[in-house]
Amino acid sequence: MCDQTFLINVFGSCDKCFKQRALRPVFKKSQQLSYCSTCAEIMATEGLHENETLASLKSEAESLKGKLEEERAKLHDVELHQVAERVEALGQFVMKTRRTLKGHGNKVLCMDWCKDKRRIVSSSQDGKVIVWDSFTTNKEHAVTMPCTWVMACAYAPSGCAIACGGLDNKCSVYPLTFDKNENMAAKKKSVAMHTNYLSACSFTNSDMQILTASGDGTCALWDVESGQLLQSFHGHGADVLCLDLAPSETGNTFVSGGCDKKAMVWDMRSGQCVQAFETHESDINSVRYYPSGDAFASGSDDATCRLYDLRADREVAIYSKESIIFGASSVDFSLSGRLLFAGYNDYTINVWDVLKGSRVSILFGHENRVSTLRVSPDGTAFCSGSWDHTLRVRGMVFRFPVCERREDG
Amino acid sequence: MAAGPAPPPGRPRAQMPHLRKMERVVVSMQDPDQGVKMRSQRLLVTVIPHAVTGSDVVQWLAQKFCVSEEEALHLGTVLVQHGYIYPLRDPRSLMLRPDETPYRFQVRLGGAAIYLAKKNIRKRGTLVDYEKDCYDQLHKKINHAWDLVLMQAREQLRAAKQRRKGDRLVIACQEQTYWLVNRPPPGAPNVLEQGPGRGSCAASRVLMTKSADFYKREIEYFRKALGRTRVKSSVCLEAYLSFCGQRGPHDPLVSGCLPSNPWISDNDAYWVMNAPTVAAPTKLRVERWGFSFRELLEDPMGRAHFMDFLGKEFSGENLSFWEACEELRYGTQAQVPTLVDAVYEQFLAPGAARWVNIDSRTMEQTLERLRQPHRYVLDDAQLHIYMLMKKDSYPRFLKSDMYKGLLAEAGI
Repeated sequence: MCDQTFLINVFGSCDKCFKQRALRPVFKKSQQLSYCSTCAEIMATEGLHENETLASLKSEAESLKGKLEEERAKLHDVELHQVAERVEALGQFVMKTRRTLKGHGNKVLCMDWCKDKRRIVSSSQDGKVIVWDSFTTNKEHAVTMPCTWVMACAYAPSGCAIACGGLDNKCSVYPLTFDKNENMAAKKKSVAMHTNYLSACSFTNSDMQILTASGDGTCALWDVESGQLLQSFHGHGADVLCLDLAPSETGNTFVSGGCDKKAMVWDMRSGQCVQAFETHESDINSVRYYPSGDAFASGSDDATCRLYDLRADREVAIYSKESIIFGASSVDFSLSGRLLFAGYNDYTINVWDVLKGSRVSILFGHENRVSTLRVSPDGTAFCSGSWDHTLRVRGMVFRFPVCERREDG
Repeated sequence: MAAGPAPPPGRPRAQMPHLRKMERVVVSMQDPDQGVKMRSQRLLVTVIPHAVTGSDVVQWLAQKFCVSEEEALHLGTVLVQHGYIYPLRDPRSLMLRPDETPYRFQVRLGGAAIYLAKKNIRKRGTLVDYEKDCYDQLHKKINHAWDLVLMQAREQLRAAKQRRKGDRLVIACQEQTYWLVNRPPPGAPNVLEQGPGRGSCAASRVLMTKSADFYKREIEYFRKALGRTRVKSSVCLEAYLSFCGQRGPHDPLVSGCLPSNPWISDNDAYWVMNAPTVAAPTKLRVERWGFSFRELLEDPMGRAHFMDFLGKEFSGENLSFWEACEELRYGTQAQVPTLVDAVYEQFLAPGAARWVNIDSRTMEQTLERLRQPHRYVLDDAQLHIYMLMKKDSYPRFLKSDMYKGLLAEAGI
């Protein structure tokens, strides 16, 4: 059974009737076939019962969607910034760059922290993946991938392996060895196989499972040891760009964001989408859970970051400013969830007060777009990676108490 | 010559919202009443009309967006780097200088304006009616840059002959900027560069026809979603306040940390004191174990103390069972059958050494499912034991002498 058909200009032999016709690519499960328009039309209506037409189904779906919006709106009795009025303002922050990691010869695309709170893995456009002790700025491991644009990398929970991938459409796992004689690339394990670029990857609670997101519009869960696909997640209508695992007690869900402007929450067991949010106006580049697991934030090319509450089942805050024109590429929360750090394509990092909705700080320093940003596991610092080839680790030096000052964000 | 950068191939303009936003800013900057003050700027011996100074641009942006001058300078620089504003002095470097340096706005010049202007000049006002209307309309529309249109027209007419120095300078600067933006020299950042093409799988330029199955799945999703219980916003949002309030003092980026933040002081004492297993946990750490059951279990030290406590209550097998289930869920696929067997033997089988007390219904269902083991087969049982510990053992742990003792002993 197919669920979507597309129009494109290709001429050839139809995979169903074999006649020479103008063809459309058609997807059956994950297999791509080419059908002529007649066969595609027939296929589209397969599964219709008596008294059903495509138009009637479409209008039923649309009216249900409208009802859902109504239900969501009914319970929205107050705005976040109203509730937050009685919370004390944060004042002014002084955040300084305390480490600059130089060593990538090209754009840094992704980074991840090790659980030991100081090591970092980063990947870049030229295929290089580097593991650093960012406290000392020493490079501890380096491997060159056989592809360019390594857009995803992740540190294993044990600290003994890293995963990465990009334009090779795969996710590979490299065990980290301290044996100087061993070639890191020799023990490489190819785990995930997608049909388009890998945009994000993350280990679950152990070194033995990896969750991936891809430009092929799907997410997938893999068994590292065997490379077996454990579960796949279909539903996005375009490239999936990001994902984050939920910090929940039952550890069963994750959220993904994509070029279809949707953020979708998935049940890892069943592969089903349990909640979806579609309020962004452009690609969603980054999603990150609020530390309690009850909400998540997203950063998008529409220059806004948004907060979605899972229990209220709606968007509850927008973090934006007229002067912020460029897309947000990467977001992360501080440990308490009070601060939201967002890296933007205009080279800056904006720090938002999650509760009050205001911007508390703008950080300059990078000389090209910020592509990746993560707060360290113990919340003592945050690291940003940029197309300017560097990574910067920043910490909070001082916070001035609230005082009268010109409204500045 | 079009204003602003040309989008790179394969990435339609519609997918680059930041360009449209920049254009809107630039248009409002050129508003005759509310825009940046335009005046004739003297550049060496030449006078250039309709120019703005760098400092005026910065001031205007700072005021319009209520931001600091530093941020306004950054925003202005971005506009220059994209070619929307170009420098008249030192056009090789696309920078915004917050001083008297003159700049001009790029203009979206259609060929029509130049063509008509040329014709008007050549034929000295003998344009036919529709041409005249068009000319007047265009003149009104880009009045402030009309001199540039005339400049271009004159330039093209007097190709090999004497040129006005002012015209040549402005055109040269504009061209220079255009090429710097669209063909940056090696080593210079390319503001137009995008990552690898997106939307290639669903081809956003491509029409989608949806089938019966697609709609049926949508309908099912919406029906389920409608059936879900939602919580009032006020309740959800209050929860953030209490969560942030509780954790604020524990958040180093908000409240700092003692003895010092390793990144700021270059001293790793904080990490040593908070290592996964230390002799004496810090006070803040022990406090966090009281925030939530999950927090307690996630800290290896907290979990160890909890295990001790459960041991004293003879219910340690609950935590061990939970850990074994975690191992199964996140373990290697190949190990699944072995692990399931081991868990059954140790915790679930009648007369098992560490038998766990699950309600009969869950036990029945679990034993039934064990015939076809998979990694999620123990989920229900695991959840039952988890809730038991959370609702029963955990609160007792927090009230216990053991826990209170740890809090009291902890130094910082």
